Amino acid sequence: MSVKIGEIPYKERIQNGIKDDFMRQAVSSAQGRFRNGRLTQAEALGNWEDWRQLGSEIRAHTMENLDFYLHQLSEQVARRGGNVFFAQTAEEANEYVKNIIKNKEAKKVVKAKSMVTEEIGLNNALEEAGAEVVESDLGEWILQLDEDPPSHIVTPALHKNKQQIRETFSKKKGYQGSDTPEELAAFAREQLRQDFLAADVGITGCNFAIAESGSITLVTNEGNAEMVTSLPDTVITVMGMERIVPTWEEMEVLVSLLTRAAVGQKLTSYITAITGAKGPEEVDGPEEFHLVVVDNGRSKILGTEFQSALHCIRCAACINACPVYRHIGGHAYNSIYPGPIGAVITPLLEGYDDHKELPYASTLCAACTEACPVKIPLHEHLVRHRQIIVEREKKAPMAEKLMMKGFEQWSSHPSLYNLSAKLAKPALGPWVKDEEIENGPGPLKEWTDVRNFSVPQGQSFRDWFKQRQKDGESNGNKES
Amino acid sequence: MVSQMAIKNREAFLDKLAATLGRERRIEGVERPEWSVTPQYEVFKDKTQDQLVEILAEHCRVIHTDFKRTDRKGLVSVLQETIDEFAGKSIIMSNDTRHEEYGINEFFKAAEDRLDVHVWNPALGKKNQEIAESADVGLVFSDVTLAESGTVTLFNHKDNGRSISLLPKTFIAIIPKSTLVARMTQAAAHIHNMQEQGEDVPSYVSFITGPSNSADIEMNLIVGVHGPVKATYIVVD
Ligand code: SF4
Repeated sequence: MSVKIGEIPYKERIQNGIKDDFMRQAVSSAQGRFRNGRLTQAEALGNWEDWRQLGSEIRAHTMENLDFYLHQLSEQVARRGGNVFFAQTAEEANEYVKNIIKNKEAKKVVKAKSMVTEEIGLNNALEEAGAEVVESDLGEWILQLDEDPPSHIVTPALHKNKQQIRETFSKKKGYQGSDTPEELAAFAREQLRQDFLAADVGITGCNFAIAESGSITLVTNEGNAEMVTSLPDTVITVMGMERIVPTWEEMEVLVSLLTRAAVGQKLTSYITAITGAKGPEEVDGPEEFHLVVVDNGRSKILGTEFQSALHCIRCAACINACPVYRHIGGHAYNSIYPGPIGAVITPLLEGYDDHKELPYASTLCAACTEACPVKIPLHEHLVRHRQIIVEREKKAPMAEKLMMKGFEQWSSHPSLYNLSAKLAKPALGPWVKDEEIENGPGPLKEWTDVRNFSVPQGQSFRDWFKQRQKDGESNGNKES
Repeated sequence: MVSQMAIKNREAFLDKLAATLGRERRIEGVERPEWSVTPQYEVFKDKTQDQLVEILAEHCRVIHTDFKRTDRKGLVSVLQETIDEFAGKSIIMSNDTRHEEYGINEFFKAAEDRLDVHVWNPALGKKNQEIAESADVGLVFSDVTLAESGTVTLFNHKDNGRSISLLPKTFIAIIPKSTLVARMTQAAAHIHNMQEQGEDVPSYVSFITGPSNSADIEMNLIVGVHGPVKATYIVVD
């Protein structure tokens, strides 16, 4: 299992995204609201740049000493009665969790939103072990009922409207109520309560592990992570190895950055830190606690020029700031990590082969870098990816030059961008074979392919592409 | 057996990280550097306790939480009023000496015929959770209160189960004015110091900001999802 979520070619995914009007509107309004929230909060703080600076220093120091802090974390978790398993690969992590489920003969597992368990494909492993898996985050629960992958880190069911949700509830759970959000949520609350109480095992992700005390911090609004960690007798936390801070003091700073950057809240409704297994005589909390620390490709990023990509705190601010994401939606990235950060880390985690279009899904406008609360130079990473792809694929430098120029020009003209965005929809048509996508701006072709849009040499992209197609191959390519 | 406490596969894993970082493993001796900026200490730095109460009151509007202020004498009547607003019949609360101190035990005793009050009792085990699940009101004392974000911090322990603030339909937090601090910075520093001094941090620390909510359906804010659907803070001078 992987970060990748489907086999549909990138091109088609983009088209699917562009065609779905509701999704586009939802994405665009969500982006606007999240972004406004972030800006309001940034303003209220006054010295947002100082906060970002502090955030980036904390992340950089922690990554530089990652082995030290993970060691300390594991010692502390064990001291507080927990178990720690270090998993190099997704398979190892899944195997470990599966064994716990089997040993416990667990029938029901409740989960709280976690990107990393999605990444390693844990749900399949749990089901193989014979357990029913219930996602407890409202958005994820909706998607789970519908067997649909998430489209946004913070609000995963962003692409669904309430009528669709109502339908899902009635089809899958016999819901008879209306499609008002409150009633839908009340129904979910009631259904999930039973699951929380009946669950044998709870599984969570981790926003920040605190090395000094072995604590796991979870940030939610719904209260589901609290349920998942309070009620079942066994709790398993799965964390990407980079999700760690030295002490409570850094946790606090990063949580403040996260909630502001993600949803424009000072703090979310629930921020919870759990430490090890429950104490003697405590009723709530797990008797047995397991922490699974996952590498799964992250160490390939460590010690490289891309190291700062590991600083990410998964706030989605870059996603909300991204004009390309607004246009194509989350599914087009074919990764559980969408948007600019997804375009940076997905090829690093999984290699370029399946994801080499991603670094091109950007206008290099740098809105992402500016939005990032821990100052990851996202657009610079994207440029570097492109260079590497070009080097690796040994493409004609001329083509690359043209392409880069085209992007620059296109992205530096808002009116051109808007025009191409408008034209893109009716202009959709089946695109060519994969090779062609590798050869040029491919996935972005629809947007750049505006009739009068010319590169400096006076040649239009369209002509350029036509020429390339003629040169490059013979059949199957239809120009729209 | 997985049920034994254990650390597994650590050395190879961390050795590899050190190697990728191009140096020897670090097991000790790493200190946090002095950060070039520390904006977190600047927030509401010079505010008095009363100003912090004002800030809290203001922020309660944003977090869909009723704010009330009273003094020790007025507390029980404000409490009664709040329970009535929530149409509360059943209440669960921690086993906390502050209930005695603030006259709450006495008040509940007098209201025995109207209100069904359960005090968290570790001897009853999971029964406490069942009671909490069906209770109308969960009543807690805030341990540290964060003015900036309107947050109640709870250090949960055997006499103060986390279910109290989580499972009942509604949530009332009594906030002694002395528990107010500017923001999460001060609470985190407190817990950090605890750890430094060799004290165990509580196995569960909750920072609760208003009732539970979600924006997962068409980005509409829905107040009341898995946790309580309504919340009231009562600041006591
Ligand atoms: S890269 Fe930065 S802005 Fe994007 S999700 Fe990560 S922390 Fe947030």
